[in-house]
Amino acid sequence: MSIKAEYLGMPLVIDDLDGENLAYFEHCAQHNFHLQQCTSCSLLRYPPATACPWCMGAESKWVPVEGKGEVHSYTEVHHAIQPAFKAHTPYLVLLVDLDTQKGKPTEHEALRVVGNFATPGGTLAPRDAVKTVGIGTRVRMVFADVAPGLSLPHWTIDQTATQPAKPWRYPQE
Amino acid sequence: MPLPAETDASTPKHLRDKYAIVGVGETTYTRGSGKTTRALGTWAVRNAIQDAGLKPSDIDGMLSYQSGDSTFGPFIAGDVGIRLNFYMDVFGGGSSTEALIGIAIGVIEAGMCKAVVIFRAMNGYSQVRIGGTGARSVAPVAGDMLHARAYGWQSAGQMFSFTFLRHMYDYGTTPEQVAAVRVAHSHHASNNPKAYYKKRLTVEDVTGSRIICKPLHLLDCCVETDNATAIIVTRAERARDGRHHPVLVRSIAGRVCKPRSDMHYQHGPISRVAGYYARDILWPNAGVGPEDIDVTGSYDAFTFTTMLQLEDYGFCKKGEGGHYVSDGTIRLGGRRPNNTSGGHLCEGYTHGMNMVIENVRQLRHDVDDSCPVGPDGKRKHTYDYGEGGCRQVKSCELSANLGWANPGTGSAMVMRRG
Repeated sequence: MSIKAEYLGMPLVIDDLDGENLAYFEHCAQHNFHLQQCTSCSLLRYPPATACPWCMGAESKWVPVEGKGEVHSYTEVHHAIQPAFKAHTPYLVLLVDLDTQKGKPTEHEALRVVGNFATPGGTLAPRDAVKTVGIGTRVRMVFADVAPGLSLPHWTIDQTATQPAKPWRYPQE
Repeated sequence: MPLPAETDASTPKHLRDKYAIVGVGETTYTRGSGKTTRALGTWAVRNAIQDAGLKPSDIDGMLSYQSGDSTFGPFIAGDVGIRLNFYMDVFGGGSSTEALIGIAIGVIEAGMCKAVVIFRAMNGYSQVRIGGTGARSVAPVAGDMLHARAYGWQSAGQMFSFTFLRHMYDYGTTPEQVAAVRVAHSHHASNNPKAYYKKRLTVEDVTGSRIICKPLHLLDCCVETDNATAIIVTRAERARDGRHHPVLVRSIAGRVCKPRSDMHYQHGPISRVAGYYARDILWPNAGVGPEDIDVTGSYDAFTFTTMLQLEDYGFCKKGEGGHYVSDGTIRLGGRRPNNTSGGHLCEGYTHGMNMVIENVRQLRHDVDDSCPVGPDGKRKHTYDYGEGGCRQVKSCELSANLGWANPGTGSAMVMRRG
């Protein structure tokens, strides 16, 4: 079944032919992050894809993956393009290296999951909090519920993890 | 300058110097053209045909690129009276220019036609905004975009910033170093009567302008403009009868990709761009290296894109791009000026065409600056690069264009003065 929803003023659509995304976001809706694991080479992949980028294997299964990792890079958006984001500037888009499968299958590889910096409740983080996050910050996954079968994964600071003394931030604040 | 022997059998260079760019043309760079992309494209093609000293009947091939924001080739061919033996309109933005020149060469080589005009017509300010605002910002989000646009991560600047910022982290690149790209291009534009922005800027102007998305200030970003541009490709032997000194294509790399170019941020190091791979095609086929090049056209959608490409094509060591773009090398009068027209940052946004057009004029030794025109119709260049002065590079023999689509995809081309 296709999904049509609205989130921050944007129409989000998952076509009923798009089985990979339907399955991905259904797991997110249950707040239980899953990725596809190739049944041939056992490597995970992100985002959802129709074959294995490492061995071209056609078969995969959805397996639970721990939503923890470290900020690899980010952008801090001050001039929003999409209208509904204008009320939330500055907001952070984070690129997070999952701990799972980091450095595999090559040293340059990681499952790099995109998401906004959010509150533990899954809403965009307030302006003051933005300055506390940078490259190296340890984060954990949270979810923004959008519609039945569709939640978006986001990132919030992992209070249980050991944080770097000073995460790397762009030099101009 | 003596170039490596044409008989070197170690590289697949059998078309080296066999094809030429014989005509270039553009419309005025504006914001608010008041014209359709059909009208703009028609004028650019017409200007290129006249620049080449050809007639419409001399052209029988047409290529264009667009993203659903332009007019298809047959309409423009019809308007200027070209009967086509070949045409194609391809989907694409940045890095298409060099790749399409390669396709044009292949099509002529296959005997399908004899001369190809390539055009790009766009109202990048007044119709489909290149920055992604307007209609594009409220389009439905589906498929792979659910993992991007849903996060307010949509525009080119936002999408590329993971790479830009990580380069600063990995190599200590500073905002001031990168700002030097805008400063250099603004100086070049001040000597280009066609440029949309002609004002000379300082590093402080750039780093003091408002943040768009870190690490990009407003002035790290290119201008959005309305314009069309055109380039004519044919065999080198036909170029010898042309109006201008021939400019020969020496080597092309077309839309070379990093692994997972659909998600360039997945494959590391993410501060590496597609030029890392393209250089292994570009330089061996050209039979020259970065040290031989007199002028570069490194795509400047952003200040960072110029720097990242110059670095990964080997103009400096990896990680030293910040130093390379800020030590005077890329300015007029420096060892190897970049984007002497002012490029996308200052002249106008064309998805790469104007950087190739500029280098064609450089290699003709006939850049259209404000220097006086002699009785032979050619400019008498002063090589005084002061504001409003000359922008011709002295003894310019070899150029390199480095086209950018995104961190994961790029094209490149080496041209020489024939």
